[in-house]
Amino acid sequence: MEELDSEPTVTLIPGVNSKKKQMCFDWGPGEMLVCETSFNKKEKSETVPGCPFIYIIRKDIDVYSQILRKLFNESHGIFVGLQRIEEELTGKSRKAQLPCFLSLQDAPCSCCMSFHFCRLVRVSKNYRSVIRACMEEMHQAAIAAKDPASGRQFSSQVSILSAMELIWNLCEILFIEVAPAGPLLLHLLDWVRLHVCEVDSLLADVLGSENPSKHESFWNLVTILVLQGRLDEARQMLSKEADVSPTSAGMCRILGDLMRTMPVLSPGNTQTLTELELKWQHWHEECERHLQDGTFASSPHLESLCKIMLGDEAALLEQKELLNNWYHFLVTRLLYSHPTVKPIDLHFYAQSSLDLFLGGESSPEPLDNILMAAFEFDIHQVIKECSIALSNWWFVAHLTDLLDHCKLLQSHNLYFGSNMREFLLLEYASGLFAHHSLWQLGVDYFDYCPELGRVSLELHIERIPLSTEQKALKVLRICEQRQMTEQVRSICKILAMKAVRNNRLGSALSWSIRAKDAAFATLVSDRFLRDYCERGCFSDLDLIDNLGPAMMLSDRLTFLGKYREFHRFYGEKRFCDAASLLLSLMTSQIAPRCFWVTLLTDALPLLEQKQVIFTTEQTYELMRCLEDLASGRPVRGEPGAQRLQEDIENTKLEMLRLALARNLARAIIKEGSLEGS
Amino acid sequence: MEEIYAKFVSQKISKTRWRPVPPGSLQTAETFATGSWDNEENYVSLWSIGDFGNVDSDGGFEGEHQLLCDIKHHGDVMDLQFFDQERIVAASSTGCVTVFLHHPNNQTLSVSQQWTTAHYHTGPGSPSRSSAPCTGVVCDNPEIVTVGEDGRINLFRADHKEAVRTIDNADSSTLHAVTFLRTPEILTVNSIGQLKIWDFRKQGNEPSQILSLTGDRVPLHCVDRHPNQQHVVATGGQDGMLSIWDVRQGTMPVSLLKAHEAEMWEVHFHPSNPDHLFTCSEDGSLWHWDASTDVPEKSSLFNQGGRSSTFLSHSISNQANVHQSLISSWLSTDPAKDRIEITSLLPSRTLSVNSLDVLGPCLVCGTDAEAIYVTRQLFS
Repeated sequence: MEELDSEPTVTLIPGVNSKKKQMCFDWGPGEMLVCETSFNKKEKSETVPGCPFIYIIRKDIDVYSQILRKLFNESHGIFVGLQRIEEELTGKSRKAQLPCFLSLQDAPCSCCMSFHFCRLVRVSKNYRSVIRACMEEMHQAAIAAKDPASGRQFSSQVSILSAMELIWNLCEILFIEVAPAGPLLLHLLDWVRLHVCEVDSLLADVLGSENPSKHESFWNLVTILVLQGRLDEARQMLSKEADVSPTSAGMCRILGDLMRTMPVLSPGNTQTLTELELKWQHWHEECERHLQDGTFASSPHLESLCKIMLGDEAALLEQKELLNNWYHFLVTRLLYSHPTVKPIDLHFYAQSSLDLFLGGESSPEPLDNILMAAFEFDIHQVIKECSIALSNWWFVAHLTDLLDHCKLLQSHNLYFGSNMREFLLLEYASGLFAHHSLWQLGVDYFDYCPELGRVSLELHIERIPLSTEQKALKVLRICEQRQMTEQVRSICKILAMKAVRNNRLGSALSWSIRAKDAAFATLVSDRFLRDYCERGCFSDLDLIDNLGPAMMLSDRLTFLGKYREFHRFYGEKRFCDAASLLLSLMTSQIAPRCFWVTLLTDALPLLEQKQVIFTTEQTYELMRCLEDLASGRPVRGEPGAQRLQEDIENTKLEMLRLALARNLARAIIKEGSLEGS
Repeated sequence: MEEIYAKFVSQKISKTRWRPVPPGSLQTAETFATGSWDNEENYVSLWSIGDFGNVDSDGGFEGEHQLLCDIKHHGDVMDLQFFDQERIVAASSTGCVTVFLHHPNNQTLSVSQQWTTAHYHTGPGSPSRSSAPCTGVVCDNPEIVTVGEDGRINLFRADHKEAVRTIDNADSSTLHAVTFLRTPEILTVNSIGQLKIWDFRKQGNEPSQILSLTGDRVPLHCVDRHPNQQHVVATGGQDGMLSIWDVRQGTMPVSLLKAHEAEMWEVHFHPSNPDHLFTCSEDGSLWHWDASTDVPEKSSLFNQGGRSSTFLSHSISNQANVHQSLISSWLSTDPAKDRIEITSLLPSRTLSVNSLDVLGPCLVCGTDAEAIYVTRQLFS
């Protein structure tokens, strides 16, 4: 067994003193039942009242958050869309919509690859925007919260979501966009600007005041702008300062010029990295010269800004408060000292920035470790740390899936189950299935787990409570679409059973027909026949009259349908049809033996009709049936009610014999006279 | 393409209904009700699409629908209908039928009337009743008709405590939906593919007419009647087929149109523009069917999700002596006019679209993906 990555968390069960009492538990999907037990303790346990409750322990409580439900639902759509892109690429889907794909079957051309890659980046951005929307709403909820406890809970959720977005964004830059030296830094700057966003409200605050340059946070604001590389805005702020204080106007202009002339890579520009480096070197030297000449000596604010722009580590570390965190420090440091940093060198700067920033005062937190692992391009470490630190599987499952689509995880197989992507997706989907309402989302996740998805779905889907037929139909549709015949049968059987229990025989029959469950159809048909014998009329005619080919499902059902047809013929006075049908029911052995008496009794009125209906041939057949029945009956001379019953039966038989004999006589005369004429 | 607003609401939506606009008023639809299902706690909610200024406290944008009020509902909301401007009738999976009253002054909902065991099963041999889900409800002030899994039809009046009329064992299978045909007559569809017409003037529990699909007994899930031509009826089935019936003649549908890939949960004629029809399905699609013949070439309107459909069968041809202008475009069998334009209204496939409603230029639908979609420019 592998060693544990972190200490497992302890959950205390209220009311149970675990030092004195024992507990027992049972696993469920995503949940656990726990209660106190007195196993192995014979006495004493009665004297101390125990904890009378059974507790349900849920592993994944985030599933139950109203706001996070939106995250799950919205990201489900993105997830399915992403899988479809992949199907299109591999040609699984018949309707490939890419025009440039039509000419190439197997090897995608480079333009397609980049097109595909653009789509992956867009998918990643969609995921992030969903996280952001969710964060926004959680933030509103935190503000609107009535009691401080729930407000705190919302706030902590906001910070978790914010961390998720931060990590995702960095992974997007490093793993999905795979930005090369140059653009890499621009992306990282955007990343920092997006996540250290207090500056915008500060900016509005300062600009909104009567005299911006006298605002108490004016210099803080300018510094932050410079730290984030927003030099145009910083320059505008400096010009405001220059307007009101003529003494420093000159210095502000010089620093402003330095800011303006700082060479940056612009997306539309065709200059090479070497050119940029050269220009940047010149600019850097110019800044250095100004500092050495003491151009800004009279203004400590401006001088410190100049030092920052030189990438001076000490000057940067002085702004720890404004930098907030080490990764901001890292990006600023790179901006002003290594603007063309290569991805491969990132981890080196990241590590040293972290060390410098923390300065041995505090140890790195989980978020720091995750970001550091990302800077080291260790995807597996990122996912592992995230799995440990975050309280739900949503993040790792979706991120891993996306990275897998970028072909970054192929080599990694777990020693249990399937690969990591599938393992995480299964965990996430199982969590959804444990929820009373979100289970529908889980289905699609299982679908895209090639190895264990299907069996997991089979196990989970059977455990969905079927409260209404409508819900059952939805579950059935899921199973039928995936040819899960065993589950379809079991669901139909459950519904048929329920219907029988509720005395809804028609419904029960419909369900057993749908399940093609012959045994159950026989059982229900028997109930119908029994009811007929008791009441003398059929119920649920709308169903029985319209069985159609479904009648062939079981012999008993065929009999039921045919027997009802006999009644219809009789009602319509089609006596000959009725007679031959009745006879064939017995001779073909479709009719159960126990029903023969009823059938023969049904023949009585036909025998008593004015015209002859049964031919001699048919009458002989009927007689044989009757004698078969009579000889098969056990002869017992018991007293009481049974005796009486037997007497009635015997009378019936005698009547039948008489009627048959008379009919035979009439039939012989009729047939004889017909032939004779 | 018309604009569709989507909002995720953290509950699976089973029903969406526009509040009717007062007759004769020029107002457009602005309030709708929704019901949820399969939650631990289900709700009946009222939403407004009216303007609330640019951005409201919820961070929502103009045009997005806002929650006005909601109330807990015991059990899944199986069906929902506006009784009048203020009252909403909800059918529950617990067999209960509830009338909710909306108080516009303080934006609250309250229970104004309730029939708790409108639908129930009686087990064999035991006198105890267990509840049966009520699957459909239809209102025609002052009458309310409900149907359920117990195959029972109830007729309620808003001011009566007890059912005015109950037809026990009206159907041997589950009744899925109900609608009014003419005032004392109703139409029901069941799970063995039958369409039954009931006349409340007649005693007994026999329908006055049974129409059915031949052969496969495919369950029917929804039914709607043409708003002007009361003999024209549309139904949707488990296989996603749209059937058009003429209840005056024959016992089989006039036409069967291949439509969705899974259960069609609802079908609605446009109330004021009945050449347009809307359907939604378990397969996650929402379709707009346009059978208007006066529109010239419209193939340009075809978009990705849309496709043309052909009539699969014409079992019954119209009699020639019926005046041309009286023939509904839905019953027409003239091959030249058989083209029905179909547009898919939702941008991408989601989970099941359970319900939809149209009123004027507005459409609302609700899905199992916990989103409500609203558009206000259906015919732009």
